[in-house]
Order: sequence, then C-alpha cells, then structure tokens
Amino acid sequence: MIASLHDAAHDLGLRRRWMAVLARAGAEEIRTRLADVPPLPAHQRLRGPETGLVMARGRQGGDGAPFNLGEMTVTRCSVRLADGTVGHAYVAGRDAAQAELAALLDAALQDPARREALLAAVVEPLAAAQAARRATIAAKAAATRVDFFTMATMR
Amino acid sequence: MIPGFADPVLDAQASFRAALDAMARPGRIQRIAAPAEPPPGLGRAAAALLLTLADADTPVWLEDMAAADWARFHAGCPLVAAPEDAAFVFAAEAPPALAGLAQGSEEEPHRSATLVLEVAGLEAAAGWRLTGPGIEHSHALRVAGAPADLPAQLAANRAHFPRGVDLVLTCGDLLAALPRTTRVEAG
Repeated sequence: MIASLHDAAHDLGLRRRWMAVLARAGAEEIRTRLADVPPLPAHQRLRGPETGLVMARGRQGGDGAPFNLGEMTVTRCSVRLADGTVGHAYVAGRDAAQAELAALLDAALQDPARREALLAAVVEPLAAAQAARRATIAAKAAATRVDFFTMATMR
Repeated sequence: MIPGFADPVLDAQASFRAALDAMARPGRIQRIAAPAEPPPGLGRAAAALLLTLADADTPVWLEDMAAADWARFHAGCPLVAAPEDAAFVFAAEAPPALAGLAQGSEEEPHRSATLVLEVAGLEAAAGWRLTGPGIEHSHALRVAGAPADLPAQLAANRAHFPRGVDLVLTCGDLLAALPRTTRVEAG
C-alpha cells in the first residue's frame, strides 16, 4: 500500500516533469528528437488541438491574495491511443503541431514499455537544452549586474 | 474516453440548427449525423444535444452515469445528483416525473428544465396527435417505448404555462421536440 502510494507519487512527479519539458519545446525540436526512436503508436484526437485564452493568476501581498496577472494564449490537445491511454498537453502560444505531439508523447510515456527509451531519447535531451538556454540567458544577465557595495563603504 | 464532435464548430452548429428546427416544428423528426461514435449510455442525437447545449453554466443530470466522464471532458458541464437541480435531464429507461423537474417561474419561465428522453422508436405515423403553436393543423407522431402516462404528464405540464418542462424525444440519430405549448392527444 505504502509502496504503491510512493510509486503513484513518483509517477505523478515524473509525468509532471515530462509534460513541463514538452510544453516548453518547439514542434521542430521534438520532431528532431523523435527521429531516433521507434515510431509512435497511431492516435486519435479526442479534443483539439484548439487555441484559447487562459487567465494567468499570481499571488500578492503578505497573505498571498490572488490577482489576475493577465490573459495568455494557450493551445491544448488531448489524444487517445488504441489501448485507451489518454494524453494531454497544454502549451503556451498557438502551435497546434507542438500541442498534438506533446499530447501524443504524454500518452506514449505512460506506457512503461516505451517510457525509458522515450525519456532518454526525447525528454532528457530537451530538458538539457532548455536548462542550457536558461543558463545562457542568466549568464548574459549576470554580466550586466551592478553591485552597489561602494555606497556602503563610501560613507 | 471517446471523441466528441469531429469538427466542433460545424457539427455543433448543425446540431443546434436541428434542435432549433425541432423546437419550431413540434413533432417533426430531425436527424443528427454527429458525433461519429456516441458515448456509452447516450444515443447519437442525445449526445449531440449535450455537446451543443451544455456548458459550464448548465447543470446536467444523467440517468446513466456511464457517460459522466465523457460529458465532463467535452462539455465541461456540472453533473448534479438530483434531477430537479438540472437544466438538462438525459434519461432513457426511467425518466423522472415532469412535475418533479425545474419548472421556471412566472417571471423567468426559461429557467425550466429540458428533458431529453431516449425512446425505442420515433416515426411520423399515427400514434399521438399533436396540435398547438408551430403546427398548422395537426401532426402525427408515433413514439415507442415512452412511459404510458407521458401524455397525461404532458397535459398537466401544459396546464401551468408559461412555466413547464420542454421535452425532446431522441431515438438514435433522430430527434423530435415537444415544447411545453404542444397539445398531445391519442389517435
């Protein structure tokens, strides 16, 4: 019971991670990675891909009261595989191909037989590329940083 | 999980048109071709009506909860436990009594329920004689598999106009509407 709960939590964390990585990767990027793995199973569209607006909300103040930051464009897609597995994707922007690929990959990644190969060939390289991109931007920003330590010592 | 409309915009528009025509011409049978694969527990026409008419603001009651996940996923509608709280009531075997559904009020008669009832057969043949607004003289409709006391319930439903429940009969791809204004007699 405890072990299965632990597995469920672990699976949920894994799925959350791959969905996040796929949501940030472009359709071309995903397709390039998919060239190295066996073809994905046939799928049927349940809903979408369709584009709409969602309200992005944030928290403010000491008590964390919610406020509406603004609306953002989101494309979503849900697909079903022949065995009944359902995959979902919500991606920022209006790239329908990315949403459909991400939903299909989400469904395929739920199959333990495919998961390891797909994680290694698609998700991990995409995650590494995204981390590298973030690091580059952070480094560029860090290079322009000004430390105001002189103000303290001048007095 | 089963897909909804293949083309959400055009299929919903076509279904809405069919529902509109059915309501404007009580008892005339309309045909709905989508969705390709109806969910378990709903006929094709009933499924199309749910996809077309139900959204986050319309509480829905389903007699057969086999379609519950499908309805939540595609229509995003809240599913209620009691038929009297629902704006749309989908039933087949044992429909709730018309008098027990939301009747609307004198000021807001549109706040009443619509009962979508799946029956065994719908045919434009002698059975029920329909008269009332939208029918020039009279219209014949033969309904198989409806509860025996339905004409009596409809007569009682009509008595407190403008309040009252609208009825849509579905049978697979077919649907015919009996708005609260329609008079139903045997013969």
